[in-house]
Amino acid sequence: MGAEKINQTLPSGLKLVGSPEGIEGPGFFATSLDKVVGMARKNSIWPLPFATSCCGIEFMATMGAHYDLGRFGSERLSFSPRQADLLMVMGTIAKKMAPILRQVYEQMAEPRWVIAVGACASSGGIFDTYSVLQGIDKVIPVDVYVPGCPPRPEQIIDGVLKIQQLVENESLSRRESPEYKARLAQYGIE
Amino acid sequence: MSNKAITEPIKEEKEYSTLNLGPTHPATHGIFQNVLKMDGEIIMDSDATIGYIHRAFEKIAERRPYYQITTLTDRLNYCSSPINNMGWEMTVEKLLGVEIPKRVDYMRVIVMEMARLADHIVCNTVIGVDTGALSGFVYMFQWREKIYEFYEEICGARLTTNIGRIGGFERDFTDKTWKQIDEFLEEFPRILKEFEGLLMRNRIFMDRTKGAGPIAADLALNYGFTGPNLRAAGVDYDVRVMNPYSSYQDFDFIVPVGTKGDTYDRFLVRQEEMWQSMSIIKQAVQKLQSMPPGPHHADVPEFYLPPKQDVYNNMEALIYHFKVIMGELEVPKGEVYHSVEGGNGELGFYLISDGGRSPFRLHFRRPCFIYYQGYADMIKGSMLSDAILTLSSMNVIAGELDA
Amino acid sequence: MSLTNETVGQKLIERFGEAILGDEQQYDFRIWTVKREKIYEIIQYLYHEPGLEYQFLTTLCGIHYPDNAPDKTMCIMYQLHNLPKNHRIRLKVFFSENDKVMPSITAIFRTSNWMEREAYDFYGVVFKGHPNLKKILNMEEQTVFPLLKYFPLEDPTRDDKDDTMFGRKMFNA
Repeated sequence: MGAEKINQTLPSGLKLVGSPEGIEGPGFFATSLDKVVGMARKNSIWPLPFATSCCGIEFMATMGAHYDLGRFGSERLSFSPRQADLLMVMGTIAKKMAPILRQVYEQMAEPRWVIAVGACASSGGIFDTYSVLQGIDKVIPVDVYVPGCPPRPEQIIDGVLKIQQLVENESLSRRESPEYKARLAQYGIE
Repeated sequence: MSNKAITEPIKEEKEYSTLNLGPTHPATHGIFQNVLKMDGEIIMDSDATIGYIHRAFEKIAERRPYYQITTLTDRLNYCSSPINNMGWEMTVEKLLGVEIPKRVDYMRVIVMEMARLADHIVCNTVIGVDTGALSGFVYMFQWREKIYEFYEEICGARLTTNIGRIGGFERDFTDKTWKQIDEFLEEFPRILKEFEGLLMRNRIFMDRTKGAGPIAADLALNYGFTGPNLRAAGVDYDVRVMNPYSSYQDFDFIVPVGTKGDTYDRFLVRQEEMWQSMSIIKQAVQKLQSMPPGPHHADVPEFYLPPKQDVYNNMEALIYHFKVIMGELEVPKGEVYHSVEGGNGELGFYLISDGGRSPFRLHFRRPCFIYYQGYADMIKGSMLSDAILTLSSMNVIAGELDA
Repeated sequence: MSLTNETVGQKLIERFGEAILGDEQQYDFRIWTVKREKIYEIIQYLYHEPGLEYQFLTTLCGIHYPDNAPDKTMCIMYQLHNLPKNHRIRLKVFFSENDKVMPSITAIFRTSNWMEREAYDFYGVVFKGHPNLKKILNMEEQTVFPLLKYFPLEDPTRDDKDDTMFGRKMFNA
């Protein structure tokens, strides 16, 4: 007896978000806190669109009605770093822009994730020049890379879904753990 | 609400606040910074910093063969990349002295006008978004997807199209392409009219945009404005009419001109240009259907990749294929300048060739870079929200600004 | 009287004599090479003279010719346009790259403000009389002028790209 009754598939084939595994009874449902928090977080990620160039236009198309990132819970864009969960870096980051990107990342509150959309954000892309930062992972830690120049909206959605998997399966104490702190220390972020 | 002229000079004793309209700001569409000196809500002075996305295109172009530069030109004004691609190919064709058949010219006109539609859709809907009218954006972007489907059919990519070759196109328009164009021409006018109905005579929109960021015609000319921003100020300079390229002289279209150069005029000019673009596409389709079928490229095997069956069967085609892929085109020495009417104005390519496989110097005359200088003058004395509107109505694309 | 390359050339030589060093025709443009000392007056003359009136500056850019004679290694190109009569001309000024100074034309054309800053940023050409000559596109801390031919294109800190495979050489020979 478990979660089958609650995981619904609608007649159209659409799967609703099911409940996590747990023990159910009349008037109560017991599961672990990790799973509930993971489920809630994953379906309500507030992205911060850091759109600099061409990938930003594909992001606008992704947020539009045709591809609709909003159906995965990311309807509310937050331009304030304090209120955002996911930093979506879309477009080329020049070396002039790198300190600003770093500042925005540091202003974000934990838990925070970073997705590098596009070839330029992942590795500098086609611009192997003196003025372009060869990948944002030189200044901030990145969770998911989406290749493409520009990636199709479906690819961007795929990247966000992978972030959702990371969010769902993250343990609640990860942000305090020494491994995470060591990772941030690598970048010089406290 | 008209712009208050600054009648009092900036006094040293008075306290002005400084506001950093920073590089990452939701309302500046692109990354550029403006440090504003404000007297309450009125802007007294501003200082712009750009270069946050400087990718050194002009330096890269000195290291890449001619075909690889097409991918760079895509990323200049990325809302209408086919125009940049075709402009670059026309520049190289001018250098090489390649004659383009009429059929290819008309096909190019269709693609360029579709790109102009895509660019103006972005700009006008974003003016709506900045005044708070988000519905127009959501509806029109659905139709922008149709333009993307058209691009995908002719070249395979949605945004950074890298379309065309020296001499024409890499493949002919398929039946599906013609169907897509016909459907678009039938259905988009209704949507455009709906969008107009939402905003054009809307009391709130008119009150917000009339008088926001005006510029006089002679100041605009001195600042080097071109494109819809200049036409909104009253000067009818359109490269398609002045220096026609790609057989634009065979088409019958109006160049809309405004009077005051404020945001409302810029909106109206772009709106009318969208109608004119659709009329041009219609005329081009009629002309193409009344012409006998022909090639989709000029007969220049030294610069155009030959079709694969020739490469495998014909020795000359194999040699040309190898040379073109390796970038060893025989280019004469010389310097050439060619300009096209991009979404924002005169996009010029100044190419100096020394006979080698890459250009000796390639300079892009980028309209956004040139007219953004005038922004400081346009917002003097206006309020902050009007400054944001002015910025979005100028259609500053960061890729073209910094290059 | 209609505006042609010949009438412009005639008027320029009448007025400025030996400051006009030569002219050539490249495709559909007539290019006049002029002396650096007179470039401001020449452009002013072209702007104000009735019958000429080149009142639109299309573009301005720097060009580096490392293989030229030592006093002609650096060039600034101006492209002017007479909109009513639809005529375009080009002016070039050559000077040595060890003496990269030019007069600024911001007083005549406001549009040349940022164009000259870009030429300064890319080549190091100092424009005397410019109201705000500082770097525009590159970072403030950068001290080299990147578009000179000696400067490499690629990012020097990148160590994962194999130079033999990627052809990251100084000159794309």
